[in-house]
Amino acid sequence: MLHRFANPNRFSRLAATMLPWVATGTVILFVVGLYFALFASPADYQQGESVRIMYVHVPAAWVALACYTFIALMSGVSLIWKHPLADIAARSAAPLGAGFTVIVLATGSLWGKPTWGTWWVWDARLTSVLVLLFLYLGHISLTHAFDNPARGAKAAAILALVGFVNIPIIKFSVDWWNTLHQPASLTRLDGPAIDPSMLTPLLLMGVAFSLYFVTMLLVRMRADLAASKARALRLRAAE
Amino acid sequence: MNGLVLLIRRDLKLAYRGGTDAAMAVVFFILAATLFPFGVGPDPDILPRIGGGVIWVVALLAAMLSLERMFSADYEDGSLEQFVLSPLPMVLVALAKIIAHWLTTGVLLLVAAPVLAVFYNLPGSAFVPLIVSMLLGTPTLSLIGAIGAALTLGARRSGVLISLLVLPLYIPVLIFGALVVDGALAGREFGGLLMVLGGFLLLALAAAPWATAAALRQAIE
Repeated sequence: MLHRFANPNRFSRLAATMLPWVATGTVILFVVGLYFALFASPADYQQGESVRIMYVHVPAAWVALACYTFIALMSGVSLIWKHPLADIAARSAAPLGAGFTVIVLATGSLWGKPTWGTWWVWDARLTSVLVLLFLYLGHISLTHAFDNPARGAKAAAILALVGFVNIPIIKFSVDWWNTLHQPASLTRLDGPAIDPSMLTPLLLMGVAFSLYFVTMLLVRMRADLAASKARALRLRAAE
Repeated sequence: MNGLVLLIRRDLKLAYRGGTDAAMAVVFFILAATLFPFGVGPDPDILPRIGGGVIWVVALLAAMLSLERMFSADYEDGSLEQFVLSPLPMVLVALAKIIAHWLTTGVLLLVAAPVLAVFYNLPGSAFVPLIVSMLLGTPTLSLIGAIGAALTLGARRSGVLISLLVLPLYIPVLIFGALVVDGALAGREFGGLLMVLGGFLLLALAAAPWATAAALRQAIE
């Protein structure tokens, strides 16, 4: 299974057939999800309309964390099996993850001003997400810091695995430390502590964000493959 | 094991003969810390309150400043390739370089820290917690830093890159190190915080030499 897609051409063909479907799904889910998030769900009795920021903030946070996990997983695959696509996948996913992390920090800040009365607090969850952003930036710059792209990919893979210690810290920071950020409301033993009228748009947006991530990942990976093919052709023409 | 000791002795000798190079980190440590009283004002009430945190932040930066030359000389003159070819496992090579780095920077920072504590009017009761927290924390800095130093070997602008890779990973050590001094100042119990710092050290000791060895191996491929 793993080695079936080691062939870049086979992967490219598969990605090309998948792309229209995933892209259409993303658009549909965003339309439906945003309708539920903005119109068909109630305002919070405490936070008022600003609760709707959550429908962007929380899914972006899920995808930002999942993306780093994905990169760490791909880094492991690349270091262990030297899978050619794993490096490309990690390299293509990192800027996306950084983008989602910026969205999380920005929307959280916009939500914090009316709710907490401040744009930023140095609390465990916020700080660890900021560290996640730095890890993404370090990963991106390390990938591009070498004249030999293979070197950059390998160094970045080791960094991704080392930085993975931060992911459980982010996830559980709200449970371990008594912080301003609310604890987990979905993944609890006694079931989600959130009303179905708000859970529906949240989950819809979560799937929409994930599909958007998959779409962009496929586009970026295909672009990366095309770029290396173009480079190879140019080199051959120069000889 | 013999190779480990030999390698550490070689690095110490190199650092000693190199003279001022190793001392630069300590000079930076003291110099940077003396900037803060100029910035925030020499108020004797404020200085002890920020003292612990400032000393820790500056120690972090000083340790980071010396990371770049941890492997670069060996990388450039080919010694690193000889280490890989030698029967000594790469993990031990990495560990030796880390220990040597700690002995040439971390220990010097420890020695200089009481001077800064005096500058910042820290009360006598905070001296021992500061030193013990740095004793547990600075080896972790060398361990984590070695990964960053090994990953950026041969990279463009490696100095800036190291700080981007290493500083985010330094944050936990900084938080708990500064908390120890804060706790001692406020008369709180800080034994648990020291144990967390010790935990970080053990965790880094268990992971960093292997990650560094992997990074070194791919650097000379």
